[in-house]
Amino acid sequence: MAEETENRPYIEGPMHSTAPVIDPGLTFASVTDKISSIVLKRKTSLAWFFGFAISFALFQLMLLTITNLVFVGIGLWGVNVPVAWGIDILNFVWWIGIGHAGTLISAILLLLRQKWRTSINRFAEAMTLFAVAQAGMYPIFHLGRPWLMYWLFPYPNTMDIWPQFRSPLMWDVFAVSTYATVSALFWFVGLIPDFATLRDRARSKPFQILYGMLAMGWRGSARHWHRYEMAYLLLAGLATPLVLSVHTIVSFDFAVGIIPGWHATIFPPYFVAGAIYAGFAMVLLLTIPLRRFYGLEGFITMRHMHNMAKVMLATGLIVGYGYVMEAFFGWYSGNKYERFMIWNRMHGPYHLYYWSLILCNIITPQFLWIKKVRSNLLALWIISFIVSIGMWLERFVIVITSLHRDYLPSSWGMYQPTQWDWGMFIGTIGFFFTLLFLFIRFLPMISIFEMRTILPEAEVEE
Amino acid sequence: MAASPPVLHHRRHAPPLYGVIAEFENPGDLVHAARKVYDAGYRRINGYSPYPIEELSEAIGFTHTSLPLIVFIGGVIGGLSGFFMQYWIEVIDYPINVGGKPYNSWPAFVPITFEMTVLFAAFSAVLGMLILNKLPQPYHPVFNAPNFALATRDRFFLAVEANDAMFDHDKVTDLLKNLGAIEVSDVEV
Repeated sequence: MAEETENRPYIEGPMHSTAPVIDPGLTFASVTDKISSIVLKRKTSLAWFFGFAISFALFQLMLLTITNLVFVGIGLWGVNVPVAWGIDILNFVWWIGIGHAGTLISAILLLLRQKWRTSINRFAEAMTLFAVAQAGMYPIFHLGRPWLMYWLFPYPNTMDIWPQFRSPLMWDVFAVSTYATVSALFWFVGLIPDFATLRDRARSKPFQILYGMLAMGWRGSARHWHRYEMAYLLLAGLATPLVLSVHTIVSFDFAVGIIPGWHATIFPPYFVAGAIYAGFAMVLLLTIPLRRFYGLEGFITMRHMHNMAKVMLATGLIVGYGYVMEAFFGWYSGNKYERFMIWNRMHGPYHLYYWSLILCNIITPQFLWIKKVRSNLLALWIISFIVSIGMWLERFVIVITSLHRDYLPSSWGMYQPTQWDWGMFIGTIGFFFTLLFLFIRFLPMISIFEMRTILPEAEVEE
Repeated sequence: MAASPPVLHHRRHAPPLYGVIAEFENPGDLVHAARKVYDAGYRRINGYSPYPIEELSEAIGFTHTSLPLIVFIGGVIGGLSGFFMQYWIEVIDYPINVGGKPYNSWPAFVPITFEMTVLFAAFSAVLGMLILNKLPQPYHPVFNAPNFALATRDRFFLAVEANDAMFDHDKVTDLLKNLGAIEVSDVEV
């Protein structure tokens, strides 16, 4: 990238990076026009249709799998006893983890006044929402009788029974549904002023009406902005503990159980760090091609790439610490089942998964210490891809290797995902990208009003 | 106030007036003008900008919002209802002995209590903001102002409403013109 070799002035903060957080040549008008033109004016490119078509085809695979699953039952999947949770619970954890980076970027970095978040938060929040939508499907279809999923919610019923609130699985229902709802609210609130921008820029009547309805009559009044800012700040303050609680509760699904390899106090922080790690990998995986394709280098600068790479490195190290501690706990516990669990991970039938996980999640991110690697977009993209696979493997190791050999050797077993497991996984990837393609086509993928606030001309000089 | 130049727009048989609106080129001019207009004694004034400007709401004398209180109350209601829903179900209506744990095993009720607190508080924040802002509001007179579509792009506006106690059309127009507005126009209801 040419822009980081030139010595451009700092725009904010004492951070030691030569890359600015936004191209200094931009103005209110050019920011507005550039971002809104992607939605309103630019011709939909052939590449968009191509990408959308592939995603949509894979989405059909998901629908096919689900239809078959509902007709036949989860015997289609590879799950068995003892491995009653297969890659479908793994995928639930994987997807929901990916979502966490979006909330981290939009809420936690807002509270920490990290201005660089501004150009990626809208996109990352969309990613959160779509990832949580994928995640939510897995436990529901894992129920076996998904049409009775409303039994999970406490509602007065003629059977005169209630859910069992001492179970982490019930906590999960509340955590995930609250997370999805609050993420959607946060995202929508962030979009209101931008809907107004699109309403005022749109040239065709249907889009004026559509965006006009979504903007709800937003007019940029100072009184509105004042309450809006307060609401946004409070939502960020609420989303911050929420996002930490969600993956904590997801980890309780495991940690409250007594299975060796699950029953560990390190699970909540280790799961949260892993979630952020996987999420940033996904944000990088998606923004690197996007910024290039839509020419957004002025908004999403090398500064963002560096920062995200650093967050990935830091959370990667925390996750690495988690792996080391799991092994240490296994040994130090003096408990033969715990020791066997670690031995079985490293040398058992699934050892390849374990060592690939170490390679993907501990060894690979070490390259991010080198500035040259952080500045090389291709290298960064490949590392993010490897980390995404690594985080999938991590959950495989946690879910499957812990279950397949627990206390009684007589009830040991093996697990092999079937084509329908893979169909569901690939299908949800298709659904995720389908939603993402629609998002970048119909909504501003960068928050226009927040970009205006970080422009040099936004400074009030009286 | 300097002596008024000859009045340009005389309003006789025109539709009722919402107010007078001035257009500015940059946020600095707008905030400056807002302060001056406020200092001149006008209170029913409002600024319009493409992004939130902290100084602007201060300048028009709007610094207080009860939103944090609403969110707090929402959170408390959410937390209490979350906990007591579980308490009522697990202790009173449907007590089940699970591994010898007490019916009121409150530590196990903490996660859902927390989630309900956040859920209710978040809804209070969003609905509270919308209701206090009186949104959705499809029609508003300021949308009639010339160039107002640019208020969501790169222009800044200051409106003095006709129901201000001190409102006098010509005086307000002059005041705004002298404050560096690039255009001052009447806004009809």
